[in-house]
Amino acid sequence: MTEPGELLLSVRDLRTEFRTDAGVVKAVDGVSYDVYENEVVGIVGESGSGKSVTAMSIMGLVPDPPGRITSGQAVWKGRDLIGLDDKALRGVRGGEIAVVFQDPMSSLNPVHTVGRQIAEMVRLHRRASRKQAAERAVEMMDLVGIPQARRRARSYPHEFSGGMRQRVMIAMALSCEPDLLIADEPTTALDVTIQAQVLELLQEVKERTSSAILLITHDLGVVAGMADQVLVMYAGKAVERGSAPEVFHRSQHPYTLGLLSSLPRVDEDAGTRLRPIQGTPPSLIHLPPGCSFHPRCPFARTPAPCVTDEPPLEEAVTPGHAAACHFAEEVSAADVLAPSPSSSADTP
Amino acid sequence: MATGTRATSRVPASGVTPVGAVSTGIGVALGSRRAPRGDVWRRFRRNKLAMAGLAVVTVLVLAALLAPVLSPFDPNAIDTNASRQPPGAEHWFGTDLLGRDLFTRVLYGAQTSLQVGVFAVVIATSIGLVAGAVAGYYGGKADTLIMRVTDVFLAFPYLLLAIAVIVAIGRSKGTVIVVIGFLGWMAVARLFRSRVLSVKEVEYVEAARAAGCSDLRIITRHILPNAIQPVIVYATVLVGTAVLAEAALSFLGAGIVEPTAAWGLMVADGRRFLFTSPHMLFFPGAAIFVTVMAFVFVGDGLRDALDPKLR
Repeated sequence: MTEPGELLLSVRDLRTEFRTDAGVVKAVDGVSYDVYENEVVGIVGESGSGKSVTAMSIMGLVPDPPGRITSGQAVWKGRDLIGLDDKALRGVRGGEIAVVFQDPMSSLNPVHTVGRQIAEMVRLHRRASRKQAAERAVEMMDLVGIPQARRRARSYPHEFSGGMRQRVMIAMALSCEPDLLIADEPTTALDVTIQAQVLELLQEVKERTSSAILLITHDLGVVAGMADQVLVMYAGKAVERGSAPEVFHRSQHPYTLGLLSSLPRVDEDAGTRLRPIQGTPPSLIHLPPGCSFHPRCPFARTPAPCVTDEPPLEEAVTPGHAAACHFAEEVSAADVLAPSPSSSADTP
Repeated sequence: MATGTRATSRVPASGVTPVGAVSTGIGVALGSRRAPRGDVWRRFRRNKLAMAGLAVVTVLVLAALLAPVLSPFDPNAIDTNASRQPPGAEHWFGTDLLGRDLFTRVLYGAQTSLQVGVFAVVIATSIGLVAGAVAGYYGGKADTLIMRVTDVFLAFPYLLLAIAVIVAIGRSKGTVIVVIGFLGWMAVARLFRSRVLSVKEVEYVEAARAAGCSDLRIITRHILPNAIQPVIVYATVLVGTAVLAEAALSFLGAGIVEPTAAWGLMVADGRRFLFTSPHMLFFPGAAIFVTVMAFVFVGDGLRDALDPKLR
């Protein structure tokens, strides 16, 4: 793991809501995390756990209406991004913080050549002539391993495969040497083999540039393979936070434990049934009282404290490793759910 | 590429084929360059009606441009000795009441009609695109306001309003163009708004925003090219409609002023001699009909060619 450098981004108590006809959806409900230079921070959670919104909120990319950031700070290099006006945010977007989206099939504009799209990004943030920007585009495409970059820069997105498009997206994101790269489910829409290639590419980015990476994914394997720090989210809240080995090997939250034990494992017989987490994710409009996870939690003690009190995210057991569970110590000692979570977590 | 391969091979993570090898294969397989524009033309060409329409439009444009060359007559030369002559060897389309050569006047009428049609549509689409883009992209209050204004405009009786305005500010070709333009933007606004509404939700727009593009840039560079197709189709048909509107206004005496050659005026002229000199009505009338139909066919063909899924 690379040594972390200076603090880049510090998110504190971020709350983002969406007002819908059915009620107020608390998509992000008081989430805090830090990102240091050179560090890969993984945000893990199910669909709808608020992991993407967490990242999009700091960029001011949550559509308003219906979305609204109700409180919180996102201090980026000493400047709070929340509530910053659009003009100032535009300088940060793409230039200092760049995003790679989930679906490379639809994240590129079909009517422009990929070279032009990368060049546009360069010209938005750097003083560059058209020609220089076009050169930079070719250079970046070459860097991310697109063969015959000069020729391919003149191709349209539909002439690329999914994996190649994701490379283009990464090239575009890196073209202005951002300090932070937000990768929002970068591999979800890709074939398994292509996933591995894109992950290798991200790994390379991590090693060769000083960019920090915020890796948003529901794939624990991806996080285990790449992340230094991990933030586990459930129902809009951060339920566990710590270094990757800590979180995966000594999980302190039953949800993390449940996620790990639900992974299919190579060392088991083919006939073994998967062990899903019981129940379904709660409605973000009507959260269960107390700990949001208690209806699905094998450790829950009802009614008190799990139904009555919401556990805070605190470093109760180990320093630097926080979990929002009344029984964090008990969970960290437990092995029942996942006999050895490490083996499943090692496969990227 | 070389750097990519070298660097990835350092990473031991999984037993995947080196990036370079795999990706070269993909690159070659999908490497054929075929511009989408070529596809549109190929599909358009297969539509016989549309091609016929395009041919007519081309002939019209040429006729309008080359009118002085194509006809030896002056469109405004009055010859009372040759009043209302039927079509013949000298006057192909005959002459009108004042003895002016109708063929020549129909050619010059094409000039008038196409000018009015094209410029009015330029005005209408410009207003419509701006209104539709603002309404669709920003939504909320701006959307409500713009769409209510659109509704109000749609509620006006088109011809009556046009006549009223033209009579108020004076008849001239310019007035006719502006009035037809200002009364024809509503459908464009609605059409474009609905397209913007759907295109703005697409991921590449979000990606553009995340890249730091301004709203104006997102609308013009990323949304417009992907949302303009139905507007192009509609605008083509609208040229025909504008030609028809100009003819109607001229016919009613609220459009083009004599002695400028305009088909509507000629029809109005010929109406009185429907039974004695039907050619006076037939040729300008046919010109209007053929022109409008041609633009409609081209529009139809464009729609099918631009969006093959619709068929």
